Amino acid sequence: MSGELDLDELYQQVILDHSRKPRNFRELACANCRCAEGHNPLCGDRVTIYIEIEQGRVQDVSFSGSGCAICTASASMMTDALKGKTVEEARRMFTWFHDMLTGKVPTGQVADGIGKLAAFSGVLRFPIRVKCATLPWHTMAAALAEDKADDPVSTE
Amino acid sequence: MSRTGSTIRTATPAAAAPLDVQRVRRDFPILAQSVHGKPLVYLDSAATSHKPQCVIDAVSRVYSEFNSNVHRGVHALSQRATDAYEAARGKVRDFINAADSAEVIFVRGTTEAINLAASSFARPRVKAGDEILITHMEHHSNIVPWQLLCEQTGAALRVAPIDDRGQLILEEWERLLSDRTKLVGVTYVSNALGTVNPVARMIRLAHERGVPVLIDGAQATPHIPIDVQALGCDFFAFSGHKTYGPTGIGVLYGRREHLEAMPPYQGGGDMISSVTFARTTYNDLPYKFEAGTPNIADAIGLGAAIDYLRGLGMDRVAAHEADVLAYGQARLAETPGIRPVGTADHKAGVLSFAMEGIHAHDVGTILDLEGIAIRTGHHCAQPVMERFGVPATARASLGVYNSREDIDALIAALGRVAEVFK
Repeated sequence: MSGELDLDELYQQVILDHSRKPRNFRELACANCRCAEGHNPLCGDRVTIYIEIEQGRVQDVSFSGSGCAICTASASMMTDALKGKTVEEARRMFTWFHDMLTGKVPTGQVADGIGKLAAFSGVLRFPIRVKCATLPWHTMAAALAEDKADDPVSTE
Repeated sequence: MSRTGSTIRTATPAAAAPLDVQRVRRDFPILAQSVHGKPLVYLDSAATSHKPQCVIDAVSRVYSEFNSNVHRGVHALSQRATDAYEAARGKVRDFINAADSAEVIFVRGTTEAINLAASSFARPRVKAGDEILITHMEHHSNIVPWQLLCEQTGAALRVAPIDDRGQLILEEWERLLSDRTKLVGVTYVSNALGTVNPVARMIRLAHERGVPVLIDGAQATPHIPIDVQALGCDFFAFSGHKTYGPTGIGVLYGRREHLEAMPPYQGGGDMISSVTFARTTYNDLPYKFEAGTPNIADAIGLGAAIDYLRGLGMDRVAAHEADVLAYGQARLAETPGIRPVGTADHKAGVLSFAMEGIHAHDVGTILDLEGIAIRTGHHCAQPVMERFGVPATARASLGVYNSREDIDALIAALGRVAEVFK
């Protein structure tokens, strides 16, 4: 094993804070809202992401469900970070977040606009927990993929 | 702490001296290691148990001394391999007190054993409108094979409920036992809750109505002395790897008259007595159900595990574990924020619990960093989780090598979990 694993690396203060008091923890009901459900059958994490897109931007985004501290904090911080972003930016953040947690981003390299999300870099050293952190993001991406309202092409 | 310990001696009195757990621990080389810089405290034996040195040596000896195929070679090594393989079958016969070694079928594990019984025993005798009766506390491996059978035949799966303490509601189970019931499947010990079911009584009640019974013994064989003749069960399934033996080996016990009447489960070598393109005659029991080269080395390893357990004495093993379990239950009960899941009167080997406001997965990670291995999740028993309204539990499960000190380490680490999330 390379170096001692440290609990504080995983459960950073900002992560604990969001897991205790999750932001945007509510259902969203509006005409433009898209939602998707995510489930990690291994540990029972369940999350639903609601996202409202207006003129190509994330107007509002929220989540419901139940999960571990990592999953809950990830959903909470993701929803905070996505507000006001364009759909394209949201997709790029997903890619970056996913890359960070699968070890494809060099340590210490923080992309612009990621800010607090870098707190999740410690999860990389706990491979079994990576899915906890990425579940909300995968679910959000699925909700976005469903958002073809402005698209002429039907997904049906 | 010591006061708690002394007030809960509920272990059944064993005739022999109590188990010397420190001596037992020395038999398991894997236990003498550190994990994340802390001494390993292994509390996940319900997932898989560790192997004593004698089992490791027995498997190693097969490959270094007499590896050969069984039942077919004229040469010396093949004869030795065959003798050792069949001796292991005899040890299993003794271990569960089957009437005859021919009633002991080697399979990969409990899952395969149940699938074998579902395919070869139940399927030919079950039709649309019939019912299979199980309980709410079954492991997925004693649910899904019956669901497959029901899909194939149009039969219905009936599920007997459990109460808030995780005990089967026997009257409800009995009510579901009807003329339509063609088979009862029930776990001896629940892997998620630790509940010990009154299987002897259930078998008697089922047999009064002419219904055969399959016992899932996966969580029973490491903890409870088994006598399939006294129980009277029709089938008994268990896994080697949970009983201090190797992975990839398990047993289906079936009563001879059933096994004789059943068609083979798989076709191939070893299970035939003659093959022509017009007709194949099947081999005698137990070989009819052991198509292909069997898992020779691991069967022999399982035999060594049985020797080991019999050397310790199953009664002493059971008494020792009952003491550690009762101590664990008492310590958990006095720990704030812990909700035990599964508080049956009669339990074996399992301490399942939820921590208030803290997900089991987080509990598991923090415990791991303290060197303590537990299982978190649904334990392949999702209906049980649903019944108790939790997505997952943390489960500490016991083996013969666990002591009260391991429980103390668990409780201390749970304090650390509470600290992190306070």
